[in-house]
Amino acid sequence: MTATAEAPGEAPRETPRKTTAPPHGSDGRARGPRAWRSRLCRWDVRYSPYAFVAPFFVFFAAFGVFPLLYTGWASLHRVDLATPDRMEWAGLHNYARLLDDDFFWNALGNTFTIGVLSTVPQLLMALGLAHLLHYRLRAASFWRVALLTPYATSVAAATLVFVLLYGRDYGMVNWLLGAAGAGPVDWQSGRWTSQLAVSSIVIWRWTGYNALIYLAAMQAVPDELYESAALDGASRWQQFRHVTVPGLRPTILFTVVVSTIGATQLFGEPLLFGGAGGQKGGAAHQFQTLGLYLYEQGWYDFHLGRASAVAWTMFLILLLIGAANALAARRLGKSR
Amino acid sequence: MTTTSTASTGPPAPAARRASPGRAPGRAERRLAGRQLHGGPLTYAVLALFTAGSLFPLVWTAVTASRDNTRLARTPPPFWFGGRLARNLGTAWTDAHMGLALGNTLLVAGTVALGTVLFSTVAGFAFAKLRFRFRDALLLLTVGTMMVPPQLSVVPLFMVVAGLGWTDQLQSVVLPTLVSAFGVFFMRQYLVEALPTELIEAARVDGANSLRVLWHIVLPVARPAMAVLGMLSFVQAWNDFFWPIIALTQENPTVQVALTGLGRGYVPDQAVVMAGALLGTLPLLLAFTLFGRQIVGGIMQGAVKG
Repeated sequence: MTATAEAPGEAPRETPRKTTAPPHGSDGRARGPRAWRSRLCRWDVRYSPYAFVAPFFVFFAAFGVFPLLYTGWASLHRVDLATPDRMEWAGLHNYARLLDDDFFWNALGNTFTIGVLSTVPQLLMALGLAHLLHYRLRAASFWRVALLTPYATSVAAATLVFVLLYGRDYGMVNWLLGAAGAGPVDWQSGRWTSQLAVSSIVIWRWTGYNALIYLAAMQAVPDELYESAALDGASRWQQFRHVTVPGLRPTILFTVVVSTIGATQLFGEPLLFGGAGGQKGGAAHQFQTLGLYLYEQGWYDFHLGRASAVAWTMFLILLLIGAANALAARRLGKSR
Repeated sequence: MTTTSTASTGPPAPAARRASPGRAPGRAERRLAGRQLHGGPLTYAVLALFTAGSLFPLVWTAVTASRDNTRLARTPPPFWFGGRLARNLGTAWTDAHMGLALGNTLLVAGTVALGTVLFSTVAGFAFAKLRFRFRDALLLLTVGTMMVPPQLSVVPLFMVVAGLGWTDQLQSVVLPTLVSAFGVFFMRQYLVEALPTELIEAARVDGANSLRVLWHIVLPVARPAMAVLGMLSFVQAWNDFFWPIIALTQENPTVQVALTGLGRGYVPDQAVVMAGALLGTLPLLLAFTLFGRQIVGGIMQGAVKG
């Protein structure tokens, strides 16, 4: 502000550019306060970007990057929950134990099956819903907001009501099954039934969200493509199949990756679905996920080192997913 | 877009002729073209079915919260509201610490949303419009860790929090979530397009320093995206689950921790459990009825950009 009054305008405009150094050097010696100001301005342009990103990166390094790396370090140690400051070198012992533990493989398998059971129907339904939302509708925003409402419901609140719905003796699902002539199902105790129930909570919470993401991508598909397809006599199904889906391919890939990552870390739904002993994921660990297994190892069996090893195993899985994604994206790019 | 297509397909004259008188037929064509079609009755029926499915568990939460425990242990399950809603809500408020939990969560989610918006806007602006060394590498690092789940850092965080004696204190859940890689990326993507570089240059010519540029030029442009990011961060912080379960206990819980206590048998009365779930969800549902369109817009916007 004061600079406008004083500086003839040339100096500040020049400062960001690289060529300014020599004139300013000579200029600065001659007239003190103006040189000081222009030097300040140069510093401002050069260093303020760092000041702007610094607060973020301080927190990010302290609570994002450091813990991630330190988890790997901790996974090579024996660490007791009661004395988390005492670490005893253990090499790869934690990993060896992990690979020896049937419950680890069980949790890995459960995470996979629940992931498939929840992700596939969720994304297919979301795609269909997005197609419907893409029509010209009355009360268009009402449908969108209503379908997104489950997203606002927390994992805990959602799971509590689903536990009641899936109740063995008085649950509404079993009552409906009974009305349809089928026998009551003990949802929690069976492997498949419990995994279906847990998956249904995930599906309920995330279908609307993914539908909106698909809808946004559909709106970005140019109208001309539909017009020319219609002129070529393509039916609505053919338009969906040959215009919409190819246009959505990157978005579909994106949602698959995000949902897969979400499925890998699934935790709250099975924990609360299991009630009092939820960290076990059922009496026979029938719906224990990797997230629950980590929690049980660390905070019920007091082995923070082993919990870290589980965490880094999950990290490895995520890296594999990321690599598969990159590969798929590249193939996608080639096919275009 | 249209110019390129006419240029590639053929001589401009017929294309122009088709465009000018063809306004009415053009619309008819478009109506044929699927996307502009009005939804038929079947569309509405399916949407209504899914909407009912989306809303039913929430309505039923309220229904069961208004009954008593013995009614919930009978078939058929209740379909309509009973008269005990106020009493159950009161019990959940005091016995299950839901009152304390709501206050705590409001504080935590509010702080996290504010912090996320502030830090993300400033850093997002720098990434979008300023030049500095390592900019692209730092951005790549940020985006690359965007999807790292909380499980991967929970053990060291716990060791730090336990070492500092912060167990059960709210700063232990606020600090780790105060900044978000997604937020920085979101603001950056918005500002790259929404903020004209000439505007910044003009301000610099007028002698404005970086702080003034930030305050007078970036913030007004960024405001809509900041509002959306604030709402999304608030929802996320409100529903944050894994880390609070580990860092906090029932003595000083957030809503999710208190609900977990309820779900794991802390209170045996099912109706009170559901009243707690209702209390923990109502504030966000209220926000959704008020700002639902903006939140929907934000998610869709983030989807296209991301």
